[in-house]
Amino acid sequence: MPKIKSLEELMKIKENAMKGLKMRDSGKRGKVIVAMGTCGIAAGAKDTLRAIVDSLEEKGIDDVAVVQSGCFGLCDVEPTIEVHLEGSEPIIYGHVSPTQAKRVVEQHIVGGKVVGDLIVKRGEL
Amino acid sequence: MSKPITVLVSIDSNSLLLGARHFKNYLSTLTENYNLNSIVEILETGSFGDYGRGVLFLVLPDNVMYSVKSEADIEMLVMEHLLKGRRVEELIVTDFDSAARVEATETTKEERIVLRNAGSIDPRNLEEYIALDGYQGLAKALRLTPEDVIEELKKSNLRGRGGAGFPTGLKWEFTQRVESDEKYVICNADEGEPGTFKDRLIMEGDPHSVIEGMIIAGYAVGASKGYIYIRGEYFESVASLRGAISKAYEYGLLGQSILGTNFSFDLSVRLGAGAYVCGEETALIESIEGKSGRPRLKPPYPPVSGLYGKPTVVNNVETFACIPPIIDKGASWFKSIGTASSPGTKVYSLCGDLVKRGIVEVPMGTSVRDLVQKYGGGVPNGRTLKMIQTGGAAGSFIKPEEMDAQLDFDSFKKYGASLGSGVILAIDDTHCAVDIARNLMEFFAHESCGKCAPCREGTHVIVHILDELSKGRGTSEMLNQLYDISETMEESSFCGLGQSVPVPLRSILDRFKDEFLAHVNSPQCPVGACKFEKSTKKKR
Repeated sequence: MPKIKSLEELMKIKENAMKGLKMRDSGKRGKVIVAMGTCGIAAGAKDTLRAIVDSLEEKGIDDVAVVQSGCFGLCDVEPTIEVHLEGSEPIIYGHVSPTQAKRVVEQHIVGGKVVGDLIVKRGEL
Repeated sequence: MSKPITVLVSIDSNSLLLGARHFKNYLSTLTENYNLNSIVEILETGSFGDYGRGVLFLVLPDNVMYSVKSEADIEMLVMEHLLKGRRVEELIVTDFDSAARVEATETTKEERIVLRNAGSIDPRNLEEYIALDGYQGLAKALRLTPEDVIEELKKSNLRGRGGAGFPTGLKWEFTQRVESDEKYVICNADEGEPGTFKDRLIMEGDPHSVIEGMIIAGYAVGASKGYIYIRGEYFESVASLRGAISKAYEYGLLGQSILGTNFSFDLSVRLGAGAYVCGEETALIESIEGKSGRPRLKPPYPPVSGLYGKPTVVNNVETFACIPPIIDKGASWFKSIGTASSPGTKVYSLCGDLVKRGIVEVPMGTSVRDLVQKYGGGVPNGRTLKMIQTGGAAGSFIKPEEMDAQLDFDSFKKYGASLGSGVILAIDDTHCAVDIARNLMEFFAHESCGKCAPCREGTHVIVHILDELSKGRGTSEMLNQLYDISETMEESSFCGLGQSVPVPLRSILDRFKDEFLAHVNSPQCPVGACKFEKSTKKKR
C-alpha cells in the first residue's frame, strides 16, 4: 500500500471503501431478492445471485441491496428474483439465468424499464 | 470483489471465552463445504455491546442477529439461513436493540459518537474506518494551526472521560504553551476500575478512532511521540491496537510527514502489569519510564513535567475517541448533544444484577433510572433493586429512590451520584450492604501502593472493622471510626486512590446505616449474607 500523501488520496480510499460497506447494508434505493429455496438453488439460483452482484458492481450501483430469501412458491419458474425499487411496485421475474439477470440489471435497475418477457407477477406476493 | 452476504461475528474478550473463534472457523468450514464461499463473507467485528447471550452473529443485509451457543446452532444457521434463506427463529435475538445498526425502538435509542463504528466495521480493516469518515478529523486538523485545533476543542467543552472530567482543551493548551524540545501524548488505557469495560470494547471494536485522536493531540500540542499504556490482561485490545498501528504506518498516517505535511508522529504500545494505581496518571508515567508504579507529587502536573520530565498530555481512551468527530464536525455539533456543562455522550458499562448487561452510549445527563431500567432491562429473577453504585469502585452508592439523578460531571454535587468512569453496578436485595462494603474495601486495601500511611493503613483498618461487623463482632463505636478514618484518608492521602476511598464508603454508610447497625444489634445479618461467628458459637 502506497502511503497517503494528501486529502485527495484519502478521499479516494474513502469512496472505494464506502462502496464495499454500502453493499453490506440494506440499500437505500431498493433491493433485489433472489429466491434461494432448494428448488431455486437446484435451478441455478446461486449463479444468478453471483451474476446480479457482479453486474451491479460492474455498473457501480451501490444503493441496491441484494437479499436472498426462501422459495417464493413459484418453483416451476425458478430461478426467480424480485426487484423492488423504491416508489414502484415489486416485480417478480422467472427463469432468470445469469444472462437474463444481467438484462434485468441493465434494463430494470439501471434503465428503469421492466423486462416484459421475464415477468411472472407484479405487486406483492 | 464484494460478496452479497456478510456475516459479522462479534469478537471480543467475552465472546472469545464463549468460543467465538471456534464458531467462526466452523462457520467458514461449513460455508466452504456447501460451496457458499463465493457469496458469503465472514468478518470479525467488535462487540455489539451485549453480553450473556452467547456469541452474536449478524447476517447482512438481512439484518438478522443470531445468538449462537453450539456447533449445532451454526449448522442450523448455515443450512437454513445461508443455504435456503429461511430465518432460524429460535436463534434470533429479538430484543436486540443496543447495536446502532439494528433498528432501535424509540425508548432505547442510543447516541453514538465514541462507538460510532464498533460493531459495524471490521476493526482490522483501515479502509472501512476511512470509509466512515475515518481520518477526516486528522486531515482537517492538519490544515488548521495547532492553536485553532485547541480553540475548537475548548469551544466544544469536551471533558476528560477517565473520571475526573478535566476540560481536555485546557489540558492541551497548558501542554502546548510549555517550551520543550520533546513532548509526549499518552493514552491511558489501563482500565482498572472494577466493573468498567468500555475502553476495552472501544479498542477492540474501533482502534483507529483512538489512534486518530492521539495523532491530532500530537499535532495540537507539538508532540512527536505517543504511548498507549494498556493493561497487560487486555490481550485482544493489545492485538487490535498493535495491528491498527502497523496499518496506520503502512498507509502513512503515522511516521514521517503525515498526509504530505511536515508533521511526524510515532506511536507505540506499553503494557501495564495489573496495578490499579497505575491508572493514576503520574504512576502511569513512572511505569512507562520503567520504574515501579508509584504516584508522583503534584504539582507539577504532567502538562508541565510528565514523561521523562517533558510536557505530556494524558487522556483516557474514550476522550481520544471523541476527538476526531469533534474536529471533523465542529464544536457546535458536539455541544448540541448532552448537557451544558458536560457536552457529548458517555459510554456506560452496565453490570451487576441487570437483565441486559453490556455497554451503551447515551447523551450526558441521562438518568440512572433510564440506564438501569430502559437500557439495562431492570433487575432479573423478580428481585428488587437495593442500591446502585455509579462511577466505578471509587464511585458513590445511591438508593433506588434517587435514581432520577441525571449523570454528568456535576451530578455528584447535585445528586451525590458520581459519573466516574461510567459504571452502573446494580445490586439486588440478596446482597448485604456490609458485605458489599467489605468486598469493595478489600479491593482498595489490596491495590493501595503503600507509599503513604493514610491509604496503606487506612484501607487495612477499614477492612478489619468491616470484617468484624460482618462476623457479628462489631460495635456501634466502629461505625464512627469508619467516618473518622474516611476523613483522614480524604484529607491526607497522597494520590487519588486514597482520597477517593471515602466516597463509596461514606455513601453506603449514610444510606444503609440501619443495616450496619443491625449487624451490631441483631443476632444475625438481616439479609443472611454474612455468617455471624458469635451466634454460631452459641448454638453449639
